[in-house]
Amino acid sequence: MRQRTTSGIVRPSGPGAVLLRGLLFAVLALFCLYYLVPLFVMISTSLKSLEEIRAGTFLSPPRAVTFEAWGKAWNAACVGVRCDGLEPYVWNSVLMTVPAVAISTILGALNGYALTKWRFPGADIIFALILFGAFIPFQVILLPMARTLGQLGLAGTVPGLILVHTVYGLAFTTLFFRNFFVGVSDGIMQAAKVDGAGFFGIFFGIVLPMSLPAIVVTVIWQFTQIWNDFLFGVAFTVGDSNPVTVALNNVVNTSTGVKEYNVDMAAAIIAGLPTLLVYVVAGAYFVRGLSAGAVKG
Amino acid sequence: MQQASLFRTLGQTLERRLPLLVVSPLFSLSLFFVYGFIAWTAYISLTKSGVMPVYTFDGLAQYERLWDTPRWYVALKNLFIFSSLFIGISMAIGILLAILLDQHIRLEGMIRTIYLYPMALSFIVTGTVWKWILNPGLGIEHLMRQAGFENFTFDWLVNSDFAIYTVVIAAVWQSSGYAMALFLAGLRSVDDEILKAAAIDGARPWRVYTGIVLPILRPVFLSTVIILAHLAIKSFDLVVALTGGGPGYATDMPATFMYAFAFQRSELGVAAASAVMMLMTVTAIIVPYLYSELRGTRK
Amino acid sequence: MAEGIRLQSVRKFFGANEVIKGIDLEIEPGEFVVLVGPSGCGKSTLLNLIAGLETLSGGDVFIGDEKVNTTPPRDRDIAMVFQSYALYPTKTVRQNITFGMETRRIPKARQEEAVTEFTRLLQIDRLLDRKPGQLSGGQRQRVAMGRALVRNPAVFLFDEPLSNLDAKLRIEMRTEIKKLHQRLGKTVVYVTHDQIEAMTLATRIAVMDNGHIRQVADPGTIYENPADLFVAGFMGSPPMNMIRGRLLRDGGLRVAPDGDEDGLLFPLPEDEAARIAAPEGHKVVLGLRPETIFAAGTELPGPDRYIFERRVEVVEPTGPDTMIVFQIGGQDVIARVRPEDARATGTPFSFEVDMGKAKLFDAATGKRL
Repeated sequence: MRQRTTSGIVRPSGPGAVLLRGLLFAVLALFCLYYLVPLFVMISTSLKSLEEIRAGTFLSPPRAVTFEAWGKAWNAACVGVRCDGLEPYVWNSVLMTVPAVAISTILGALNGYALTKWRFPGADIIFALILFGAFIPFQVILLPMARTLGQLGLAGTVPGLILVHTVYGLAFTTLFFRNFFVGVSDGIMQAAKVDGAGFFGIFFGIVLPMSLPAIVVTVIWQFTQIWNDFLFGVAFTVGDSNPVTVALNNVVNTSTGVKEYNVDMAAAIIAGLPTLLVYVVAGAYFVRGLSAGAVKG
Repeated sequence: MQQASLFRTLGQTLERRLPLLVVSPLFSLSLFFVYGFIAWTAYISLTKSGVMPVYTFDGLAQYERLWDTPRWYVALKNLFIFSSLFIGISMAIGILLAILLDQHIRLEGMIRTIYLYPMALSFIVTGTVWKWILNPGLGIEHLMRQAGFENFTFDWLVNSDFAIYTVVIAAVWQSSGYAMALFLAGLRSVDDEILKAAAIDGARPWRVYTGIVLPILRPVFLSTVIILAHLAIKSFDLVVALTGGGPGYATDMPATFMYAFAFQRSELGVAAASAVMMLMTVTAIIVPYLYSELRGTRK
Repeated sequence: MAEGIRLQSVRKFFGANEVIKGIDLEIEPGEFVVLVGPSGCGKSTLLNLIAGLETLSGGDVFIGDEKVNTTPPRDRDIAMVFQSYALYPTKTVRQNITFGMETRRIPKARQEEAVTEFTRLLQIDRLLDRKPGQLSGGQRQRVAMGRALVRNPAVFLFDEPLSNLDAKLRIEMRTEIKKLHQRLGKTVVYVTHDQIEAMTLATRIAVMDNGHIRQVADPGTIYENPADLFVAGFMGSPPMNMIRGRLLRDGGLRVAPDGDEDGLLFPLPEDEAARIAAPEGHKVVLGLRPETIFAAGTELPGPDRYIFERRVEVVEPTGPDTMIVFQIGGQDVIARVRPEDARATGTPFSFEVDMGKAKLFDAATGKRL
């Protein structure tokens, strides 16, 4: 975001202005609470014992901090019939997310590059068609995809999920890179061609190195989308191959036994921590991804 | 001699066609997995498919069955209620926060980070947390009772008439920061000199926003509505985590409806029909928008 | 009813960066003062400080008799025209012009009068229902001026208003602005980096450099009597020739150029020689404007002329004149001759310079001797 030059404008000072400014901060602070309270609740509940949960309210901080729920969530909680905690499912998510992110990013870069820097007939139509694919409700491909995965022998497997996420992530990654490359001057391309470089030479030698910002945005966006996905996970995997989001839902929604709210919260934190950490560390790029996904052209 | 030049011409043609060759397989993937699949689903919605897909053409029979199902109407009604409230409230909060953050706040970066972090969470995580907060008996109801409001009840989560509003609450919490980010970016794109001219013209801050800045941001309004609408139509994860579609199917939405009929009740034809209905709704909203955006960028 | 402006010890810091370094300036009511200088000298910042679009770090600003340091822009009785015109894009021309009046609750009838009067004056009365996006650059500029004019302020502020126009339009609008000033008689503070605009428009010019004002005077004085090397070099196109050399006193004051092997000695007029106290050998810079060097014998004879011969290095015809570049002691010097007097590159040329117009500067401080 550009730096503003309007902060220096002389404004009327006085009690009215101070009051208004105070009101401003109050509202902003109120909303900070609004967004932070659930996070606080999640953490504090996960650190309480079940008795304390029943004794207090969901806002009261834990009097005796215990990590018992965490341990349980990690390796003892029951997901369906298997009671090994969330650990195996976290690994499923990792195995699913990393390849899918990598492949969809690289292919998206190639796509975006070819579509913007090499005018060929139909490039715009092809882009429009790919782009539309990013906005379809995925319900409309669930059934045929389930069948196709079955026919490929990938039904209910993590590699199957990798395929699904790669294919449907391609639309977004192509969009990101295409928008980025549109802003890269054609002059660089022309100079490289004069220097004798070809399609792949320019891609690997010049374009890819300079697309670091776009790569970072894309990777962060894809990681968040794929890790957080639930629909594909629940539709295309069963039991052992579930990603952590599906496992979380199963843990929370078990109808058997006593509801262990602290375990539920701990499990939620485990499932949400990776993307939250990525956000905290690389938030600026995440925001850029959000705006790029809004097709600002 | 001739062979060499033949290879060279072949090489050159290959080189020229290379972009197309590179994009083609990727595009074909798209073509197959997106449009091919859409076509398959659409076709299935026109067949007699039940537990297994059957390819005998049955006209619009599945659509008739769909529109004869009371649950579908519940899903549509919920979608309508949810979307209007979700979009309306998120936009209102988004605009408010964006305007407030535009007032040269020192801690702006940190506050923005706080407002946006819910977007980084999975809808399942959000649903899980809010399910706990809105828990009848141990959540807000309990808190209020402890605080002295003896007769306070908050059982929306299990109340057929009010459950859909809990989904609104959780969804607004997750996505209003996104609306804020979009508006803030829009506000920042307004030329500084216009604001300076307004300062000299003497407009009070309120007037500057309503009379000058917000009219400039009309396109941002539109794209935010479109994006939020798109999110709303696809709501599946949140509903599953928060209410499971219940109580009963009181919080059913087209997405959960489709899933139930496809994978639980095994009525593939009806499921396909509902999916096609969802696609048509999304298309009606997205396509005109994408068209105008793409046309703008090509200029 | 015009007001004067007074700046006293004005300072401005952006973070740790001191952009305005203690400026004093008095502007009389009705004057057209131009702030001119290179990019980054602080002229726009100074204008913003007068307008109240930036807060003062130190010093005082007075508009008329009132100290306006903490007064917001709307209450300072000013109007401003911006470089990018800053028109409200979603409003029509008429709405753009009346927006300020609406805010000040001026009755509709008076608003209409003002709109009619000034749009007719600026010849934009037929564009009232268009939006800025449908106007040309020149039209937008006039609308911006109309918006300023209807405020009927005591002071007009212009921030490089002509920079975004093409050359021809710029000259047209320059004349219009000058005519408007003559007609309305308001105080104007005008910022530009174009020294020709400064020379043609101003009643007084303030030459700025790096947060300081180097000289404030009417255009003639600035041109003929620059206070230092910076002002002398900034104003005038092509710029004044700066010839480094040493003073010689041998029955008169002369300047011996550095690095010169041909015995050139530029003699200064007697009254200058009497006035200047610097000793023999003092390092100086001799300032000679190109138009003061011409082909020998082509002008009417006069006192204090010096004739010398040099080789022509480059010939640059510009249409009405031809510039000849030659060398003195390894430094390039430009002379302005009539086209018919020009000679080919490489040939020897007899130059005559009017030393009465020469300016002498101290080489170390840059100040005029």
